[in-house]
Parts: sequence; structure tokens; C-alpha cells
Amino acid sequence: MAPVVKIEDLHKIYDSGEIPVHAVRGVSLDIHRGEFVALMGSSGSGKSTLMNTLGCLDRPTRGSYWLDGTDVAKLDSNQLADLRNQKLGFVFQGFNLLSRTTALENVELPLLYSKKRMSAKEMKDRAMYCLEIVGLSKRYDHMPNQLSGGQQQRVAIARALVNEPQVLLADEPTGNLDSKTSIEVMGVFQKLNDQGITIVMVTHELDIAHYCKRDLILRDGVVVRDELVQDRSVAEQELQRLAEAEAKAKLIGNPVPAT
Amino acid sequence: MMRFIITIKMALRALRRNTMRSILTALGIIIGVGAVIAMVSIGNGAKAQVQNAIAGLGDNLIIISPQSQNTGGVRGGAGTGVTLIPADADAIVTDLQEGSNRVMSVSPYVSGGGYQILANGLNWRPQSMLGVGPDWPDIRSWKVAEGNFFSDDDVKAASKVCVIGKTVADTLFPEGSAIGQMMRIGNIPFKVIGIMDVKGYSNNQDQDDVVLLPYKSHMTRLSRRTSVNSIYVKARNEDVVERVKTDLTDLMTQRHSGVIDFQVQDQAEIAALRNQATTTMTYLLGAIAGVSLVVGGIGIMNIMLVSVTERTREIGIRLALGAHGKDVLTQFLIEAILLSSLGGMMGVALGIGGSEIAGKYAGWAVEPSTPAMVIAVVFSSLVGVFFGFYPARKAAAMDPIEALRYE
Repeated sequence: MAPVVKIEDLHKIYDSGEIPVHAVRGVSLDIHRGEFVALMGSSGSGKSTLMNTLGCLDRPTRGSYWLDGTDVAKLDSNQLADLRNQKLGFVFQGFNLLSRTTALENVELPLLYSKKRMSAKEMKDRAMYCLEIVGLSKRYDHMPNQLSGGQQQRVAIARALVNEPQVLLADEPTGNLDSKTSIEVMGVFQKLNDQGITIVMVTHELDIAHYCKRDLILRDGVVVRDELVQDRSVAEQELQRLAEAEAKAKLIGNPVPAT
Repeated sequence: MMRFIITIKMALRALRRNTMRSILTALGIIIGVGAVIAMVSIGNGAKAQVQNAIAGLGDNLIIISPQSQNTGGVRGGAGTGVTLIPADADAIVTDLQEGSNRVMSVSPYVSGGGYQILANGLNWRPQSMLGVGPDWPDIRSWKVAEGNFFSDDDVKAASKVCVIGKTVADTLFPEGSAIGQMMRIGNIPFKVIGIMDVKGYSNNQDQDDVVLLPYKSHMTRLSRRTSVNSIYVKARNEDVVERVKTDLTDLMTQRHSGVIDFQVQDQAEIAALRNQATTTMTYLLGAIAGVSLVVGGIGIMNIMLVSVTERTREIGIRLALGAHGKDVLTQFLIEAILLSSLGGMMGVALGIGGSEIAGKYAGWAVEPSTPAMVIAVVFSSLVGVFFGFYPARKAAAMDPIEALRYE
């Protein structure tokens, strides 16, 4: 089966400044359907550039990129936009929900720009279904500022899912979340991955990368390590362990004396 | 279509998010359109009044009035000359009315008010006190309601008789008929022999607040003058008006020894003259409207530019999620158009309300113009398109990566 993402000798050079910056220097990569890839690397390693290229927001300087069999280099900006809309789902570090817009309408947003014509009812049903997947259907009419960080990120995941993308791209999705909420979000990703959705995720945190199936490490624009994750964390178990620890702490912990 | 409705909803929401800002932005358009609508309504009202007044003069009317007088190099207004005398009117009767069937009736016209009337123990100062000939009711298409109009003999004898308007009759003789009653006008007793039909208001003037005297009585007993203000001539029908005008000009030129110290005008010319001022006013208003719409448009452009910068991140999100540049352009353009056309509509409402109020308090006739309203709204929408395009294009041309990074 053909890989859903195929990159060959990808280069990206930024020459807007005085000195051209060679951000990505020859990355080749195959990602198959159903994979769950963590993309790691320090700042300046080129992972953001690689993500932008994978997300069809940017075009490579050299090399080629096939997304689900489409040669991305040949597309104009409108075709790229359609590709992003149809084949990719984005989850950002800062959630990037539209403020003062309900969760439901945020999720509907990609449908609005879809080539498929849908009635208002179909759009709403589809968006509600996606909110259901991330467990937020009851809060469909909440504004982002009425939701916690973890809930906002789940709305963002629902939005990423609404057009049934081939690949879900997450750029440090847990970067703004506390550890427990991070695990919850990883739990959502694992569940989605179990249903067969391909996920590529940038992260700084090694323990978060442990929830993925494959770990890619980038340094100075090249892939320096590409390996399968050994003894993978399972979010459900981790959450349970966390809950038990909390309960225990409450039982044995000395109450703070009243002053 | 579906998408279009959603886009409009989004735009409305974006405008509501900054209600105060939206209102202030649209204010330029609101005031501009409002002012124009109000002025057009009032101007239309004035125009209609002028037309009514001129139509009310009577049909196929020709007026001869003296050319303006020059005294020591100072040119007075039209009609200030004193060159027309009753004999001119007599000549028109003998030469033109009796010689052909083109002239129906002729009447000199002498005005001059300010005379106090005393009758029945009551005081009254009518708006106008006119000296006219016996043909006056025919010329003005104005019937005598009660009694009779004065005759040629009354004119020749400068009889002390008068015909009064309904207002004068009702004021001075509230009980019983005015016919046969005596009135002292400037201390000279006149006998009321007739009451005119109700003519109503024209140009805010009560046309029934009038006293009509034989012109000779007016000239010899009250105003003590030898010239008349003008001579009214009624042509038989519309087709002969031009011919009569030529005849009148020839006759008067001959009588005035070749000096053209008079002017001969028909109703259409008078109407055109009066409308000219209104037309100039309309152009001026149009210019003001144009300027205020441009100023309002610049305000909209300014705020839209601010809005685009403020919402860079939103634009980035939309672009990342698959919006085409065109979608973003449409979104911002619709916002600008909504802002300006809603402003235009509010301006129309303000203009109508404002002119109604002004009309009520100042006593002006007000006539809102539907075409002006439609044009105002359409034009303000166009302003939105024109001034919204640049900011919208700026939004559409954003790079999604840059826009998403924008803080």
C-alpha cells in the first residue's frame, strides 16, 4: 500500500534575509496509513519547517512531496488550500479557535470552505458528530473562553476531524496544557489512531512522544533518528494511575493545619 | 447561497462584536446620507410649492413687468421700475383684445399692503391688498363665491368698493354676511360687494387673506401712484401664448418709444426661473453628498484596515483550514459593504425623520424623494465596495504561516 505521505530529498532554504537559511537539508520520509509519528527536535532543527511543508502551508525549495498520491509541488495556492481542507487536519499549540464563536461553529469552519456542498443541517450534524468523538457534544454552544485549555484543544481536534482528513497534523498540541490534560489529549489521539487515522505530531516532551508509535528526531535539518517507540504509554492506563495516586495522596496526606 | 448567508452572518457578528466602533465608523455615512435626504426632501417640498403657486396663477398667463430700475448705477431687482401705467393695459385691450381673439383678458396689477382695515369694530391687516381689473377672476381662475366682482365702471370711477377673501370675511364678519358691509381701509370707507371662493395656501401664504380693489381706487385713494406693478394678460389657449407674447412685446416697445424697459414672461418661464435656484441647490447638495460619502468611505477603509490587522490570526486560521484568498476577500468586503449600506439606510431614516421634524417646526413643506433614497443606499453600498476592497485584498493576500504566527 502506497504511503499517505511520501517525501524525497526535501530541502527548504529561506533566503529572505542576508544569509540564506538552509532549514531542511534533504529529508526523505514515508508515512503509511495508520501511523502515529512523533516529530522531535530542538529549536532550529527544522521541524516546524517540515511541519509547514507537510501541512501544505509552504512549498519545498527542492525535493518532492506526495500527499495521498498528489504531487504538492505542482499545485497553486488555491489547490493547496483545497488540499489542506480535504486531506489534512490541523491541531495547533495555541488551539487557534475563533474567539466569540461557539465550539460548534468552530468545528463547522472547515466545512464552510469545503468543495462539497452541504446543507446547514448536514454541516451541523457532521460537526456535532465530531464533537461527540472528542467528548464535548454537550458543550457545543460554549465559546472558547468558556472552555478549559484541554477542552479547547479537543474542540480543535474535532475541527481537524470534520472533513475526514487523511492525516492529522498536530504542532505541539500539548504545549500549552498541564500534564494531566496533556495525557487526556493524547488519549484522544490514541483513540483516533486506533480507528485508523494517521497522525503526525511535533512535540518537545519525551514522555508525550512515548504515546506515539514512531519517533523521528530532527537535528540541523536532517533526520538523525527514526525508530519505533518501545513500551508505548497508554493514556487510559496513565490517567488511571494518576487518579489512584491522587486518591492515595488525599488519604494519607496530612491536612494543612488551620492557622 | 448557503455559504453567502453564512458569510453575511459572520460579517454581522464581526460588526456586532465592536458595536460602538461600527456605529462610529458608519456615522460619516449616516450623517452624509441623512443630510442629503433631509435637504432633498425639503428642496422637493419647496419645488412643489413653487410649482403649485405658479400653476395657481391661472392658465396661459403672460405677465408684463417693468425692467429693473437703474438708479445712479445701482441696479434694482426685477419689477422695481415704474414704467408701466394703466394706459398700457388699456392699449392692450384696444389693440390686441379687441383686434384679435387671441387675448382673453387683461388686468393691471397693483400691490401694496400695510393698510389697516377697520370693520365691524374689528381690526385686521391682510397679507395683501391688490388693485386689479374686473377680469381678475377670469385670469386667476378664481370664482366669486358670494356677491359680485367689481365692474369696468367701478374701475373707471375709482369706486370705493372691494371684494374680499374668505379669511378676511371670516375674521371681520364672523356673524352674518359681509356683503354690503362697510370697511375702512386706511381710513377710507369701502363697501364689500363680493367674497371670493376659498383658494387655500400656497407657498405658505394664505391666499384667502386678501382684499381686492379696483386698481384705480387703489392707485388714487390708497397708494397714490401712477404706475402699476405689472399687467396680467391671459391668452386664449396654449398655442397662441408665443404669438401673444410677440404681439405684446411689439406693442409695448412701440408705446415706450422703442425702449425695452419691460419684460414679457409666460408661466413656464417664471417657473423655470424659480426652479433654476432649486436646481442649483440640488447640484450643491449632490456635491456635499459626494464629499461626505468619500469622507465616510475613508473612515470605513481606515477601520477595515485596523480590523484586518487585528484579525490577522483569524485570517491565518481560515486560510490554514482551506479558505481561498477569494473567501477571505469576500468576507471582509461584505463587512465593509454591510457597514456602509446599513449606514446609508440609517442615514435615510435619519434624513426622513430630520426633515419631518424640521418641516413641522419651521412650517416647510416636506416631500421625501424615493429615488433619492434608493440612490443614497445604492451609492453608500458602492462606497463600501470601493473603500472596502483594498483592506479586503490585503487580508486575502496574507501568507497563512505568517498570519498564524502573528501575535
